Amino acid sequence: MSSPAPSLAASLVQSVDWLAIAPPTIAAVVGLAVLVADLFVAEHRKALLGWTSVAGLAAATLLLLPLLDGDRSTFCLTGDAAVCSYTADRFTLVIQFLVLGGALLAALLSVTALKDARRELPEGEYWFLLLSSAAGAALLPASRDLATLIVALEVASLPAFALVGLKHGDRRSSEAALKFFLSSVTATAVSLMGISFLYASTGTLYLTQIADRVQSVDGQLQTLAHTGVVLTLVGFAFKTAAVPFHFWVPDTYVGAPLPIAAYLSVIGKAVGFTGLILVTVVALPSYADVWGPALAALAALTMTVGNAGALRQQATRAYSAVRLLAWSSVGQAGYLLVPIAAAAYSGDAEKSIGSTVAYALMYGAVNLGAFAVAALVGRTKSLNRVADYRGLYASSPLPALLLAFFLLCLAGLPPGIIGLFAKVTVFSAAVDASLGWLAVVMAVNVVIALFYYLQWTALLFRAPEGEPEKHRVPAPLTAAIALTGVLGIALSGAPQLVLRFTDTGLF
Amino acid sequence: MIDINESVMQFLLAFVVVGPLLGAAAALLPAPPGLKGKSPEQAVLRHGVTVTGAVLIAAIVLALGFDHDQPSKMQASTDISWIPALDVRIHLGIDGISLPLLVLTALLTFLCALYSYFKMPAGPTPKAFVALLLVLESGMLATFAVLDLLLFFLAFEMVLIPMYFLIARWGGEGRSQAAWRFILYTLLGSVVMLLGLLLIGIKAGTFDMMALATDNGRSLTTSVQVIAVLAIGIGLAVKTPMWPLHSWLPDAHTAAPTVGSVLLAGVLLKMGTYGFVRILLPIAPDGFRTFAPYLAALAVVGIIYGSLACLALAKQGAKGDLKRLIAYSSVGHMGFVLLGISTMTPTGVNGALFANIAHGLITGLLFFLVGALKDRTGTTDLDTLAEETGAALYGRAPRLGGLLAFGAVASLGLPGLAGFWGEMLALFGAFRPADGLSRPAFLTFMAIAAFGTLLTAAYLLVVVRRVCMGALPQDVPKLTDVRSYEFAAWTPLVVLTVVAGLWPKALLGLSDPAVQQLLAGGTR
Repeated sequence: MSSPAPSLAASLVQSVDWLAIAPPTIAAVVGLAVLVADLFVAEHRKALLGWTSVAGLAAATLLLLPLLDGDRSTFCLTGDAAVCSYTADRFTLVIQFLVLGGALLAALLSVTALKDARRELPEGEYWFLLLSSAAGAALLPASRDLATLIVALEVASLPAFALVGLKHGDRRSSEAALKFFLSSVTATAVSLMGISFLYASTGTLYLTQIADRVQSVDGQLQTLAHTGVVLTLVGFAFKTAAVPFHFWVPDTYVGAPLPIAAYLSVIGKAVGFTGLILVTVVALPSYADVWGPALAALAALTMTVGNAGALRQQATRAYSAVRLLAWSSVGQAGYLLVPIAAAAYSGDAEKSIGSTVAYALMYGAVNLGAFAVAALVGRTKSLNRVADYRGLYASSPLPALLLAFFLLCLAGLPPGIIGLFAKVTVFSAAVDASLGWLAVVMAVNVVIALFYYLQWTALLFRAPEGEPEKHRVPAPLTAAIALTGVLGIALSGAPQLVLRFTDTGLF
Repeated sequence: MIDINESVMQFLLAFVVVGPLLGAAAALLPAPPGLKGKSPEQAVLRHGVTVTGAVLIAAIVLALGFDHDQPSKMQASTDISWIPALDVRIHLGIDGISLPLLVLTALLTFLCALYSYFKMPAGPTPKAFVALLLVLESGMLATFAVLDLLLFFLAFEMVLIPMYFLIARWGGEGRSQAAWRFILYTLLGSVVMLLGLLLIGIKAGTFDMMALATDNGRSLTTSVQVIAVLAIGIGLAVKTPMWPLHSWLPDAHTAAPTVGSVLLAGVLLKMGTYGFVRILLPIAPDGFRTFAPYLAALAVVGIIYGSLACLALAKQGAKGDLKRLIAYSSVGHMGFVLLGISTMTPTGVNGALFANIAHGLITGLLFFLVGALKDRTGTTDLDTLAEETGAALYGRAPRLGGLLAFGAVASLGLPGLAGFWGEMLALFGAFRPADGLSRPAFLTFMAIAAFGTLLTAAYLLVVVRRVCMGALPQDVPKLTDVRSYEFAAWTPLVVLTVVAGLWPKALLGLSDPAVQQLLAGGTR
């Protein structure tokens, strides 16, 4: 405040670190560019749009590399440089990597899906929506105030509704979109209400400031603050598809184009639990006695309901493969919640959060891999029943072996070593926090889940019914399957790559 | 015995664990030129024999290079960090407790591969069969070689998928249900075990078995020990199996192909009892002492229950299946092993380890023999086999009959054969259990278990009478007697059974110092 003229500008205009915000920005800019370009690109060249988007996502992912050198913050309060809206710390980078990498894989699946759909899906809109949703999801982990958080959340989910309902003339698709939309909007409204209560009682939207001020809320505003906390949490629980907010999942996944289901199963989950982590661990650590038990109960319910749902799927029902993956993703969301709940009880919250992050990275890679193989099978067997996978090994051995590997990773059994150790970290987070009962519930769930994963795996190697038909694998699908496969196998050899997040500071 | 460089020993042990895995990957690839053999099937089966053979040789060299003067010392040990985040280290090593089991595993797997080379079980391609067999071998060997709790768990789980597929794909009647039952039971047990292992690791601050054993439970409170022993004990007891958690076993054994049954009985069951000795006894002694009388009681119930079930199966008109009968006899034999461990005395634990090896040899042989019998007659149903008078195997295939009788008497614990020492020492241990355990209770258990040996003798002799003896009808065709490859596969088992029976010191000399030290508090 010594030199008058420049300081005025400096006090009003926040400086922007463009490199720090590059990853989400690139995704958003490329999305807009593709939307505009769609108007000018000739019909037979539409595939270009897809490849542009893939390149954009790849570039966004690569731009995470220069950020690795240290924490960066931008959009900081001019008065207090420590309070910022956007922070690119380790936590942010890891989640951004998960989100952008996941979106990249989903985009690779989409290239083939759009080609196969033969103009039934509007390409320009599709890519625009996918990229904007990815941009929102990438912004979310970096946001450090509740307003940015909610904006990011909406940017991530609003395009997703449209994507789910994009199949023209498909009644199931529109119904799914409507279900998804209605329940999601309700949840957003609820959490907005919660946030407004929090703002009213603390007078700030910045997470770190809330953490300080919420401890000394005026006695009269206590109830308001409590209600605010609960309502905010409810909104984010919906996004992770935690029970009882899970009912939209199976219908939505079946109705949506398959790459979008894959996208939602990973990025949708990532968005939900990141928001939860930010709200609980960063903003409201002093309310651990409120959200801790609630999240623990939610985790137990979610995994049980998800796995029970997956168990009930009949192999011969239409779309049962996607349905099974959808239900299993609900179950997996339950495991993701366990360490967050444990963070409330353990002395070292960051360590617990690291377990969630490590598990999510593992889950992202192998679940997208499973979806990629499902997309491959779905090209010839449009009903995509679990029964259609019988004898896959005879017709296409490598995809079958990889699918088996992915499923065993999800189940957490060797040779899926990374799946096993990711589960071990989650278990150890629970045991460490003395949540013995939750660990036991999870143990039972792991066994239930094993049943359906292994049943599916076993089916792959059965003798095929009739002549095995050769699947021709298009290049983008090959790339997606290969990428996830290499990732899964590399992680199984060196689990430290993802597990290191459990013993180093994230924030 | 012979002096081998320590780094060579380290390499050999690592090779024993990793070699089969590499072999499994290689089995899935097409055979290279020059190794194509007569057909792809023959080539891959031969590959299986080669790899398991190489592993067996490595294991034998390990045994030879092992310093027999210091069997209580961990030898050939490797210790490298693998996952620092979880504090998981690749810590391998062998001592007098694990060495015999390691060699037994390598031997049985080799014999199984050899047997399958000539007599491939009916089912899908041999390629997958060999790959699964090798993965299974790697998991089994790793279980006995690792010294890190989480790696132990990993190895423990690694055998599940291959064994599931071996039963479900190459098995007999009712295989898919039996395979499911096997994997669900074991998995439910092992996730509970994981919780116990994590509890120990987190409370003690390390997953290293050596460090934990040296600590001898001093850094764990009694309540932590009790919970950990309960959780880990359940996981191990399912695998062992201990009555009443045994019910997966008879079905799995009956449905599995011959090779599967041999490895299941010969090695997989030992992984459970090995865990009791290696993990629970030294790491959580206080917790184990709390449960020891219950473990002993359940072990004794298992002995009696197994024998009675066998007697019922052996009865005329009971439609007893010979494979199922041997499976139930395993429940009884493993009961002796558990009784020995639960005494917490050097005598009892040594007996348990001896009985482990003996059971692996004898029951492995019996399953081979019954498998051969099934190939020849098409059934293992005792009533169909024996009809009114008896199957008269002595007359129809004298060598096969002779071997079966040999296996049966070895199994019932005839002095001079391997089955005798282990069970006698286990009973002996129960006669004077460790301090702090109720002697009257253990004396009762000992008396009941001794009665169990009588029952065991009874049903095995009934089996011999009904299968081997009997009037030889004129019109029945002779059965093919023992073929040369069968001789090759069975002779080592017969010889070792006799050697272990006549010269028990060979094994006890190895295990005793290690056990003494384990019970006294850790390894030096």
